[in-house]
Amino acid sequence: MRNLLEVNNLTTYFKSNKGLIKAVDGINFTVSSREILAIVGESGCGKSVTAKTILGLIGQKKNEIIGGEVLFKGENLLTKNYREMQQIRGKEISTVFQDPMTSLNPLHKVGQQIAEVLTIHEQISRQAARKQAINILTKVGIPSAASRAEQYPHQFSGGMRQRAIIAMALVCRPDLLIADEPTTALDVTIQAQILDLLQDLRHELKTAIIMITHDLGVVAEISDTVAVMYAGHLVEKAPVKLLFAEARHPYTKGLLNSIPRPGSRKKLEPIPGQPPDLHNLKTGCNFADRCPSVMAKCRQQSPLLKKIAPDHQAACWLYEEER
Amino acid sequence: MWRYITKRILIAIPVLIGISIVAFFLIRLVPGDTVTALLGANYNQEQAAALRADYGLDKPLITQYLIWVKNLLKGDFGHSFFTNQAVSSSIMERLPVTFELMIMSFIYCLLIAIPLGAVASLKKNSLLDYLATIFGLLGVSIPNFWLATILILVFSLHMGWFPSGGFVSFFADPIANLRYMFLPSIALGASVGAVVMRMTRSSMLEILKQDYIEMARAKGVSQKILIISHALKNALIPVITVLGIQMGYLLGGSVIIEQIFSLPGIGRLALQAITNRDYILMQGSILFVAAGFVIINLLVDLIYALINPQIRY
Repeated sequence: MRNLLEVNNLTTYFKSNKGLIKAVDGINFTVSSREILAIVGESGCGKSVTAKTILGLIGQKKNEIIGGEVLFKGENLLTKNYREMQQIRGKEISTVFQDPMTSLNPLHKVGQQIAEVLTIHEQISRQAARKQAINILTKVGIPSAASRAEQYPHQFSGGMRQRAIIAMALVCRPDLLIADEPTTALDVTIQAQILDLLQDLRHELKTAIIMITHDLGVVAEISDTVAVMYAGHLVEKAPVKLLFAEARHPYTKGLLNSIPRPGSRKKLEPIPGQPPDLHNLKTGCNFADRCPSVMAKCRQQSPLLKKIAPDHQAACWLYEEER
Repeated sequence: MWRYITKRILIAIPVLIGISIVAFFLIRLVPGDTVTALLGANYNQEQAAALRADYGLDKPLITQYLIWVKNLLKGDFGHSFFTNQAVSSSIMERLPVTFELMIMSFIYCLLIAIPLGAVASLKKNSLLDYLATIFGLLGVSIPNFWLATILILVFSLHMGWFPSGGFVSFFADPIANLRYMFLPSIALGASVGAVVMRMTRSSMLEILKQDYIEMARAKGVSQKILIISHALKNALIPVITVLGIQMGYLLGGSVIIEQIFSLPGIGRLALQAITNRDYILMQGSILFVAAGFVIINLLVDLIYALINPQIRY
């Protein structure tokens, strides 16, 4: 199967007064059509920056330095200008952001905000766009969508808003949806509903999804493949079942150990320490300072993401000899 | 909506009563009265007493006030002690001048200050932004009477582009009218424009950081629509509040500006009334201006609700 999205050696650096911040530092991954890829990691590890770089929302300013390539249907998005990206954003690649409370413009009606996407990307009358907006609102499970479409965001609850935002993202039937922590700001019950909704829509609209999250529960629930990110690097990548059964990278293991399991009497083992300061990264593996199995080599050279088993990749010196 | 408007008008009543009291008693605290001003050097006791009796100024102050209010309620603003012209008709005669002055100053805010503030926020820390900031600071800190004097010196006396004072009605000769009004409206509008510009800039900067702006970009909205429909509209909400408050400043500032450019407006009318101790005329014009300010603020609040759906009256 041809890859829908191919990210090759993507780097996103920010120049700041304190020096260069390597937010994303050489990551590689692919997404095939209809796949759900989860990118997991702690806050500040570069997940959202990755998403925004793919969308071209980062890279316009002088202090933002982008490298590598992002091939979408074979075309490099990083070489496109703002106007060309405008054609792709919202139509072929769309986004759901983390906080539904702030992602909708408070001065525009919800239906209008959805219809706007259609009027931008398709030759369509206002009337027809409005009708389609109502249809998609119904599809994402908003009752009496026709009257709801005439309401303003403040009249919607958080879960309803996130549904509306998902409707907005999917109204043009994009090939790829980037969902940046779509459930983080929601109650647990609403979270489950939203995840179900995304699953259903994936099948119905044949959309691939990049799910960015720090919640391993969400990952287990929805994704096909998981990429674990730490301090701007991908440290492990595997199909979801394999990853949960046989996590190899010490960071992934640490993440899995820090989730509470119902019924288990075992004490939670949080990963000691804090993620490194991206301003002054030391040489060697970024995780070395927090790693329980750190070796001398880890402090000298950074490991690369390599295949350690079929379908399973990790960036760790522990598995270097096995190859 | 109508309930809200009615409520606001009812609230305005005590405000106007308060203003009428202040206007009435304040002018009487000033040494000298209408009669001393009228008689001037020919002042003598008998004549003065006769005139005071004539104007009803010999009655107790409370009685004078109540008579004035009683007449006001009947719609009668009284007659000027000096010209004997009806106060309401002198106000109506002067109103268009002040109104035009305010509207023109206001238009500068809309046409120059708001776009400049928006552009400055989009090009933050650029040369243009710094220039806008400098203009903003100058506009706020230069007193309008000084600016007016300098404008006259440079553009009227030195360059000879605009007349230094006087007035022609817009309906008589629109172009001459605009030439007469140009400098005064700049002198009056500069500081308000500066405040509005600063406010637009900071409000825009705040809005541009919002998630829904990023969301709009992610939807593929073009830069132009993004700025106008998604950012500026939201940014204008606090600007409108400031504009409403600044309208009061425009009204107050027009007194000095009309005097400097010898424009026959309400501000100048009030000033003349004060120098002449023309009590009735002064009270009438102050009350009128206050009522105007109350109405403007009501309008601002209504516009506010029109733009922001989260506010419903």
